[in-house]
Amino acid sequence: MKYVDEFRKREEAQGLLRKIREISRREVSIMEICGTHTHSISKYGVREALPPNIRLISGPGCPVCVTSAADVNRLLDFSRSRRDVVIATFGDMMKVPGSSSSLQEEKARGGDIRVVYSPLGALDIAREDTGREVVLFAVGFETTVPTVAATMLAAREEGLKNFSVLSLHKLTPPAMRALMDTGEIDIDGFICPGHVTAIIGAGAYGFLATEYGSPCVVAGFEPIDAIMGIYMLVRQLEEGRKDIEIEYDRVVTWDGNLKAQEVMRSVFEPADSLWRGIGNIPGSGLRIRDEFADMDAEKRFSIPPGEDAEPRGCKCGSVLKGLITPDACPLFAKACTPEFPIGPCMVSSEGTCAAFFKYRRAA
Amino acid sequence: MCLGIPGRIIEINGFVARVDVAGAMKEADLRLMQEARPGDFVIIHAGFAIEKVDEAKARDTLDLIKEIAGK
Repeated sequence: MKYVDEFRKREEAQGLLRKIREISRREVSIMEICGTHTHSISKYGVREALPPNIRLISGPGCPVCVTSAADVNRLLDFSRSRRDVVIATFGDMMKVPGSSSSLQEEKARGGDIRVVYSPLGALDIAREDTGREVVLFAVGFETTVPTVAATMLAAREEGLKNFSVLSLHKLTPPAMRALMDTGEIDIDGFICPGHVTAIIGAGAYGFLATEYGSPCVVAGFEPIDAIMGIYMLVRQLEEGRKDIEIEYDRVVTWDGNLKAQEVMRSVFEPADSLWRGIGNIPGSGLRIRDEFADMDAEKRFSIPPGEDAEPRGCKCGSVLKGLITPDACPLFAKACTPEFPIGPCMVSSEGTCAAFFKYRRAA
Repeated sequence: MCLGIPGRIIEINGFVARVDVAGAMKEADLRLMQEARPGDFVIIHAGFAIEKVDEAKARDTLDLIKEIAGK
């Protein structure tokens, strides 16, 4: 068992899709929260293969995309004002346009901005040159947060003094609640993110079933996983059930990874956070605890807030809330393409616009 | 960004595991794992093993999928 090819078989995919068509009667809207699901669904043409009464809506599940314009500008201002500092960040952040440039452009203008695959990569940089400050621009959901927290614990253990973190992390369940509370969109059920849930546990979605009457299925990321997740959710909706179910139970449990949760909690505490398109969501971000203030870049460099201005004409905010599909944005595939992106949803490899662009079906 | 890939732990040295990911050798940090042993399949994300993969449950899921898809 390799846990990849087994979940990519065409025959099973077609069988499941046939079964979905067979049992589906109601008009339903299903939101897939996670950007990795959006890509899997687009890549394998799942959207088109579903009956027309099942609508799939992509949610705010790309950390780079939901980082507010104000925070993007703040990062750019910081990199411009502190050319002496090494900035480490994940690859997807590099091309996100702010009001006047991107990290990639700042790098071309002389900023020492380096892409890391793991937060441990930032630690390696700090270790190699202890005379320079290294700041990790940390974006990500609950899957990534424990890896940053573990890296900070390692830095402390090692006694590294030149490493700090700017925490722009976001939490998934508060955003799902905020989406339901806007009342702008009807969501009948959720496909929940497999790897976020591996950390937080499927129990975290209980409130969606009890308070909002929304069933949830936690699904894996291979195409068969995603289709099976949709099948399980459609079956619940047809039967009138409002349960939390786990399709991806080879990895996901009800309680999640308790060790990772403990690591995360020891370094971070919940705080309000600004989401692109949605605005401030109470308790949806994470700030670094006072015990780790020495590693909090925000305190260490007193980084002022950035300008809160969306790129002109960009509809990423509406795309992130599931109000429109990317092709409803006048810029999509015209002024805004992966090569010359205007909004973050086209930049990030997990962005909804990038998925729609990459896997566009010839009309 | 929450992309995670499955790989099999070949050997463990302290906090670091050497993991076989579809034939390529990668390193994964084990600090987020309660316990892990050589032979275990784990999901790797951003340089860390974040959870084990349960083989018996994977087989059950596949059996269930085959049953539903074949009906």
